[in-house]
Amino acid sequence: MTKITFIQPDGAREDVTSEPGMTVMEAAKQADIAGIEAECGGSCACATCHVYVDAAWRDKVGKPANMEEDMLDFAFDVREESRLACQIRITAELDGLIVRVPAKQF
Amino acid sequence: MNAENGAGPVETDIVIIGAGPVGIFAVFELGLVDLKCHVIDILPKTGGQCAELYPEKPIYDVPGLPVVTGQELTDRLLEQIKPFGATFHLGEQVDELRRLDDGRFSLKTDAGTQFICKAVVVAAGGGSFTPKRPPLAGIEAYEGTSVHYAVRRMETMRGKDVMVVGGGDSALDWTLNLAPIANSLTLVHRRDEFRGAPHSVEQMRALVASGKVRLAIGQMTALHGENAQLEAVTIKTADGEERIVCNALLPFFGLTMKLGPIANWGLNLTENLISVDTERFETNEPGIFAIGDINWYPGKLKLILSGFHEAALMAQAAARIVNPQKKVTFQYTTSSSSLQKKLGVR
Repeated sequence: MTKITFIQPDGAREDVTSEPGMTVMEAAKQADIAGIEAECGGSCACATCHVYVDAAWRDKVGKPANMEEDMLDFAFDVREESRLACQIRITAELDGLIVRVPAKQF
Repeated sequence: MNAENGAGPVETDIVIIGAGPVGIFAVFELGLVDLKCHVIDILPKTGGQCAELYPEKPIYDVPGLPVVTGQELTDRLLEQIKPFGATFHLGEQVDELRRLDDGRFSLKTDAGTQFICKAVVVAAGGGSFTPKRPPLAGIEAYEGTSVHYAVRRMETMRGKDVMVVGGGDSALDWTLNLAPIANSLTLVHRRDEFRGAPHSVEQMRALVASGKVRLAIGQMTALHGENAQLEAVTIKTADGEERIVCNALLPFFGLTMKLGPIANWGLNLTENLISVDTERFETNEPGIFAIGDINWYPGKLKLILSGFHEAALMAQAAARIVNPQKKVTFQYTTSSSSLQKKLGVR
């Protein structure tokens, strides 16, 4: 099991345990994390599972692929550390991952 | 055929709202019980979410098709309903639905098309695809006056200080179209890479080089104005924040799904979904049915296959409403000569 921490805009932290192989979006939906809408269900087609990856984890998580970078055009307040949670596959390496939920998902 | 060309409303048995897989399959089930359908969808193409959100994504849980893409499934369903000659009205949103004194229904779309029918099937999935509204404080106040998600008449932009935001074809097309008539035009995008057609990107770059268009790489952070009139937009760029004069803002951030006008039709809702019974999939308004992702009942699963089942049961009930004097006999397509005749295979 791997642990992922979601930090809400107000600073509230929620720890979620998940199976490797799932995506961060799936882990968030399973735990009903507020602010992760995932309107398209994980097709990289809506940008409503936008998260900010914690600075300490950015290298391990990696950069968005082209399709995801395109889709991030549809997100609000996009930053260097922006990713779509449905495109981050959880591995044992990501145990302890910290992501922040944006104030608005559009 | 419609009010716009003066020929009066379309009269038909059934109007289906939504041309996704479930709306399309409803044409089939209703066709088997001899009902004629018109199908309306807000998108300019058929297939609903399947075609708009994930045309190339494989679907693994359609019975009999171990793997099928959203587009393939849509194409196959359209093939399947060919014998029934339904008419599609695409790119139109049903704004108004009301019951007439004679018990039939009147529907009106935003394009002015009018329908009169005996039963209505709402198969609207997640609702209407509508343009995304940037979550900027106070934006609602400017919508319709200085914030526009579509341009109906280009002339309204003449002499304006226009800001177009986005990096796809809509943003590029409007930049190219409006640059000649606007007083000033600023194109704002979060990165210096565009998803639009390469030719449009080239043309845009030429306008930027000639000074006719200003390209700002950044994101909007605030709107400024008074009395529903936008005056300026603050954008954040790599160099910091900048306030740009603007009295016409065109944001293009794609589509999202909203329940839309359906919420105003007097239908009982459960958390933004239409409540139905599980025998006929009828709403609280007799003659108005709801099938597919848009409906709710205990145990509901938002699966395409559930929508197909709902369409079949709904069709039996709709037939009794449209032709109350006619007995509905349950038949199989494998053996019924009358059904095979309707399908054109006999």
